[in-house]
Amino acid sequence: MGSLFNALHTSIDAGAVILIAAMGSLLAERSGMLNLGMEGMMALGAVAAVVAAGQLTSPLLCLLVGIAAGALCGLVFGVVTAVIRANQVLTGLALVLLGVGLANRIGTDFAGTPMSTTFSSWPIPLLHEIPYIGRALFSHDPIVYVAYLVLPAAASYVLFRTRHGLNVRAIGENAAAADAAGLRVTATRTIYATIGGALAGMAGGWLVLSLTPTWTQNVTGGRGWVAIALVIFAYWRPWRVVGGALLFGGMISLGFLAQDQNWGIPAPVLAMLPYVLTLVLIVLPAFVPSIRARRAGAAPAGLTLPFYREAR
Amino acid sequence: MYDPQPPDVQNDQTVACADARATVVEMADIWKAFDDFQALSGASLELQAGEIHALLGENGAGKTTLSNVLTGIYRPDVGTIRLDGEQRRFHSPAQAIAAGLGMVHQHFRLVEPLTVAENIHLGRPELPRRLSRRRLISETAQAMEQYGLTVNPTARIWQLSIGEQQRVEILRVLLRGARVLILDEPTAVLTPSEATELFAVLRRLAASGRTIVFISHKLHEVLAVSDRVTILRRGMNVATRPAAKMTPEKLAKLMTGTERVMEAPRPSKGRGKPVLELRNVSARGDRGLVSVREASCTVHEGEIVGVAGVSGNGQRELTEIATGLRHPFEGTVAIDGQDLTARLPGDFVSAGVGHVPEDRIGSAIVPSATVVDNAVLRAFRTGELSRAGVMRRGAVRVFTDRLVTAADVQLPDIDVPIANLSGGNQQRFVARREAWAADRLLVAAHPTRGLDVRAADQVREVVLDRRDAGCAVLLVSDDLDELLAVSDRIVVMYEGRIKGDFTAAKARRKEIGYLMGGGDLVGGAGAEAPS
Ligand SMILES: Nc1ncnc2c1ncn2[C@@H]1O[C@H](COP(=O)(O)OP(=O)(O)OP(=O)(O)O)[C@@H](O)[C@H]1O
Ligand SMILES: [Mg+2]
Repeated sequence: MGSLFNALHTSIDAGAVILIAAMGSLLAERSGMLNLGMEGMMALGAVAAVVAAGQLTSPLLCLLVGIAAGALCGLVFGVVTAVIRANQVLTGLALVLLGVGLANRIGTDFAGTPMSTTFSSWPIPLLHEIPYIGRALFSHDPIVYVAYLVLPAAASYVLFRTRHGLNVRAIGENAAAADAAGLRVTATRTIYATIGGALAGMAGGWLVLSLTPTWTQNVTGGRGWVAIALVIFAYWRPWRVVGGALLFGGMISLGFLAQDQNWGIPAPVLAMLPYVLTLVLIVLPAFVPSIRARRAGAAPAGLTLPFYREAR
Repeated sequence: MYDPQPPDVQNDQTVACADARATVVEMADIWKAFDDFQALSGASLELQAGEIHALLGENGAGKTTLSNVLTGIYRPDVGTIRLDGEQRRFHSPAQAIAAGLGMVHQHFRLVEPLTVAENIHLGRPELPRRLSRRRLISETAQAMEQYGLTVNPTARIWQLSIGEQQRVEILRVLLRGARVLILDEPTAVLTPSEATELFAVLRRLAASGRTIVFISHKLHEVLAVSDRVTILRRGMNVATRPAAKMTPEKLAKLMTGTERVMEAPRPSKGRGKPVLELRNVSARGDRGLVSVREASCTVHEGEIVGVAGVSGNGQRELTEIATGLRHPFEGTVAIDGQDLTARLPGDFVSAGVGHVPEDRIGSAIVPSATVVDNAVLRAFRTGELSRAGVMRRGAVRVFTDRLVTAADVQLPDIDVPIANLSGGNQQRFVARREAWAADRLLVAAHPTRGLDVRAADQVREVVLDRRDAGCAVLLVSDDLDELLAVSDRIVVMYEGRIKGDFTAAKARRKEIGYLMGGGDLVGGAGAEAPS
């Protein structure tokens, strides 16, 4: 019984990294920017937080450094694709190679040493004392609450309840129409690419400041890619991303649980689970037409399309 | 009753006071080049308050470009724009909108998944930061009432008909406080009754002091609604005249620089074997509703069968069935006696079927591909153009050159993306390519839509040439005059059914119009038609 709730606790933590990154990707994609470089931006965010931890004592400040690193990458991506109109897919792939490579290079000196500062858990008064459930749900570090409550609520409020969100969605769907209506396409897209990068950096930073509090090479382990897949799976809706993140987190903790309980499944197979799930969810629509139709309708129609006012 | 020409207005009265009107916009000596293609070479335009000003010119003359310069979408290379006598320079559509200049584009600029209310309010500075659905809807409804344009505010754009989408566009521009409203070929996609409604709206707007710029290739309607006419030719001004002093012939001559040569009617040389045979076909439309019902129709060699009807009565679906793009759930389709029911479009192409579709950007061309690639989309498999699956580059270019010359397409060179061509030039291109591809059957939906007078004549000639070469032709149009001019037989579609079958020589406009409106000719042809 106890181990099940432990697994739930782990699922929530493991899902949070992916959730934060996916929310960043979702926001950028809603404005028409698909940044495949999530993995690279997460890695740079993580290594920036690791380096910062050598100088700073507050985990929050270290996280901010990670966010800033991610935001800078996002800004560069935004300028290169929205202003200079380079191909988004190629730029994103370049960002993965550059980000992961650079992070590993910088990180070599820190590899293996535990982080000097980490987030500690913030049990919610009273609630965390509920047997079993209390520990599983209400004793996480503050960023987890932010990830599961503040981020999706804010994203969904801004996107669907405000004028600004309407503008962003219009720009992501049909940039020429949005431009003709007087909206600022290039600026908005650059800003949202930056926000996407900031959240990717945050995800990477939190990863090393809480989930695996030490630098290891390739610490992001493909989570950036999972985040991109998750946005598709969630039909570009913030609250569905939360559900998806929990599902992925669950897969990861299922691996731990199996090891813990000696189910006799080889560890590499268990470690594969979240990635297999990603693959299944991405490939599924090929076999289920109704999912395919929903997914096609949900994607912002202008995703990856460059906008140039004088082009036809 | 069917009346292709809009009702007349009192031109004389409006023109009489034209001189007293204040000049609102003055565009002078506007130059604009795309790469090395000169689209505008010193064009100018002068607009007065409260007038409806028609902008005419052949395809590619620069009408859309000039409008885009005025509304801040294109930046002119040289030239001045004065608004109320004050020189202005717009760097973005936002600035032009703020100055009261609004445009309804040739291809609508609406965000499809958003609702009507959201589209109308998009980009309005007055929109509160926090959205309230109820307020959006009520304000939309209020604006609709004010301007007499109604559409369901909660509908999503993709659910609307073209006419409704246009109303949304116009409302949006009006709500932004436009004093000058530019409509780029607004009637090209409208049914005659929708067009009549639009003209009433435009007149009301002009009466309230707004200036309307109206681009169209339909000279009758231009003369009927506009006060003055400005004519462009190859990026330069030819003339600005009061509409009251013009005739369609004079306009056509100013646009082309030559007299319009009216070809004598060319009757069929007699029909041969049946080519297209549709037997009792029924099919569903895009939204799953049955849109073709038990339609039967035979088109013979050397014969043009015209399909009349108010658009949206199953004509598009019928053309798609005849070209293999849509499968009927009932009935059979045969070409030259060979049953092709439920076969692939490629089998229809192999059987010698050419298709000029209604939606050219969506289904006839690949907009981002070059003109060369688009030219050989149909014929690339032939031995002339490819050998063992490898394209013969030289031959492909020669083929493209021939096609472009034959179709009289104006373009900088054949390696540009076809999206860069003006709307009318794309249409010429597609019509000619498909006519070449059609050995046995040509299915053409609105082949002259968006074409200038001369190009429209040329496309009609192409269709007649195909027929005289022994090809069968199925021609869909909502322009009854065009159908009467070229068809050998006319059938009418109403609610998915094919009704009436007239020999063109004996067809009477009144009877056809009666069938198009849902009447029946049971008790003797035309007996029940109202007078
Ligand atoms: N963005 C662009 N890039 C390249 N060429 C362009 C562009 N816009 C227009 N042109 C060219 O400029 C010329 C004028 O085009 P424009 O669209 O103004 O013609 P138009 O008078 O509106 O014709 P139509 O009646 O066919 O719509 C065309 O030959 C077109 O190929
Ligand atoms: Mg045009």
